[in-house]
Amino acid sequence: MTGRGPWADAWARLRRDRGALAGGALLAAVAAACALGPAVLGSDPLTTEPAARHLPPSSAHWFGTDALGRDLLARVLVGGRTSLLVGLAATAVSVVVGTLYGAAAGWYGGRVDELLMRIVDFLYGVPYMFLVILVMLLFSDTARGEPLPVFLALGLVQWLTMARIVRGQVLALREREFVLAARAAGAGDLRILARHLLPNALGPVVVYATLTVPGVILLESFLSFLGLGVALSWGQLVAEGVAVVNPVRSPWWLLAFPSAFLAATLLALNFLGDALRDALDPRSVP
Amino acid sequence: MTGALVVALAVAWLAGASLLPARAVRALGALALGLPVALAAPDRRAGALAGLALAALAARALPARVLRRLAWLAPSLVLLVFATCALMYAAPGSPFAGERVATPQVEAALRAQYGVPESAFEFFGVYVERLLRDGSLGPSLRVQGRSVADLLGPAVPVSLGLGLLALALAVAAGLALGIAAALRPRGLVDRIAMGLALLGISLPSFVIGALLLVVFALGLGWLPVAGLGGPEHLVLPAVTLAAPYAAYVARLARAGMLEVLTLDYVRAARAKGLPERAVVLRHALPGALLPVVSFLAPAAAGILTGSFVVETLFGVPGMGQWFVKGAINRDYTLVLGTSLVYAALVALLNLGADLLYGWLDPRVRDAA
Repeated sequence: MTGRGPWADAWARLRRDRGALAGGALLAAVAAACALGPAVLGSDPLTTEPAARHLPPSSAHWFGTDALGRDLLARVLVGGRTSLLVGLAATAVSVVVGTLYGAAAGWYGGRVDELLMRIVDFLYGVPYMFLVILVMLLFSDTARGEPLPVFLALGLVQWLTMARIVRGQVLALREREFVLAARAAGAGDLRILARHLLPNALGPVVVYATLTVPGVILLESFLSFLGLGVALSWGQLVAEGVAVVNPVRSPWWLLAFPSAFLAATLLALNFLGDALRDALDPRSVP
Repeated sequence: MTGALVVALAVAWLAGASLLPARAVRALGALALGLPVALAAPDRRAGALAGLALAALAARALPARVLRRLAWLAPSLVLLVFATCALMYAAPGSPFAGERVATPQVEAALRAQYGVPESAFEFFGVYVERLLRDGSLGPSLRVQGRSVADLLGPAVPVSLGLGLLALALAVAAGLALGIAAALRPRGLVDRIAMGLALLGISLPSFVIGALLLVVFALGLGWLPVAGLGGPEHLVLPAVTLAAPYAAYVARLARAGMLEVLTLDYVRAARAKGLPERAVVLRHALPGALLPVVSFLAPAAAGILTGSFVVETLFGVPGMGQWFVKGAINRDYTLVLGTSLVYAALVALLNLGADLLYGWLDPRVRDAA
């Protein structure tokens, strides 16, 4: 019996999980392609070529071209940057807000907890799509198609479950002996929260954050589909692809490639999140 | 004036519902049920009596869980409408700043005619007064000569029907997959079912929908592409809408079933020689259903809002399109009406899930 910590244990379990490894590798490949691809290929997502409209995939344009003759490969890679960035940034917003809120509710308990959690219950009842669309409207003049409002709007509707998770953890942990010991040693509220409670609550937060990223990317793609999202993202490309589906002569590549990238990324993220949950919480494995 | 008063009342009610003792909260819940009856009745005195009678009846007949939820519901709806007003007003643009450049006088006249004052508070007051006095959702600000009720009337049954169909589909398919997977964990069926579930969770609904469209409508020609006619028009949208929720239900049902199958009462059922079928379906299933049932309310809310995208994709004339159009055109009354109807529907579905949960779980039923 070696003295490995829970994180080392979890890492060891994660490494044995082939699904998680495949998901991680796929994710790394997509992220690298999106980050470096456009520069390496030297193609631009916005350059139009009137002579090359709706070209099927070829050696010049690997993924074909769209209705304005723009290179689809470049568009998919640059769109991927937006989608991944939205996923990470909005998740970061949701983690910060949810952790602070949940920690406050769990720590103070009693009436404060009751009131804070009732607000969460109320917000759960509001269809989130309303909130997102209404918050997006606030920015419709100043920052239409910009990523920042989307980060905020999506992050601000995604923190509810995070708050519940953190609250539950803090509520359970604050009665434990090590908290009493810390208090006896003279630690104040903030120090106990920051140094003793939150690190112990980190596992579920990490798992849920990993599963929030695909959720947020999905939501952003819905917004783009409705014409309210970020200017060039996978969601918007898929929406463009769906719009040209027709029975006679479909430019199928416009739908197939963005959808494949979006679906593969979401699948990989969900795979990783599930594996992480199993690794961090051995009890959840049947 | 009315606006500020109603908001203050709702906040006070909400504070009461979270701070008062349990008995008082139950009374508030019963009152919340009687209130609409009292307000809707043409005659004040008879309405008040009928409302009180209904409240008294509800206080006796309904379980505490449901009463508590009702106590929260009434002020929540009010605050939701107010928050929507505030957000719409805070957004740039106005319903009358359309294509035609209106002079200030024309705009003032339009604002007076449609009952859209300059501030969100005043507008909220006008809106609530009209709602309580006439039970009307007001005229649409951007769709000429139509009221919000005219627009939403035909759309509500479409969205609701689509949503319920999708919910039923999600529960049926999810339960079947989840139970089949739980019977042989890590077996072939389990792997296939959970793989399907992961796909359902990961793929955006419009990608699933587009694939279904290409295969079944364009390729095979079995089903219509878009629009609304007979029930066959709802098949593809309902399947698309149901897919992610079926996936979640399958996961929950599998986890619930696995847990219940290890419990003593299931072992007792096996020990007395019941066939496996009876053990699983009669004894284990009700217990395994609980996590699924508590997921029903969020699923219903998600399906109703998810229908925005699916309705757009398949050209289904439901409520989602009116919300999106209303939000983009700054059609305040249309947005408020849609939000109110959606929120009320979600609340009703929540109540239904609550009742179902209590009925299935004796611990909750007896605690109430």
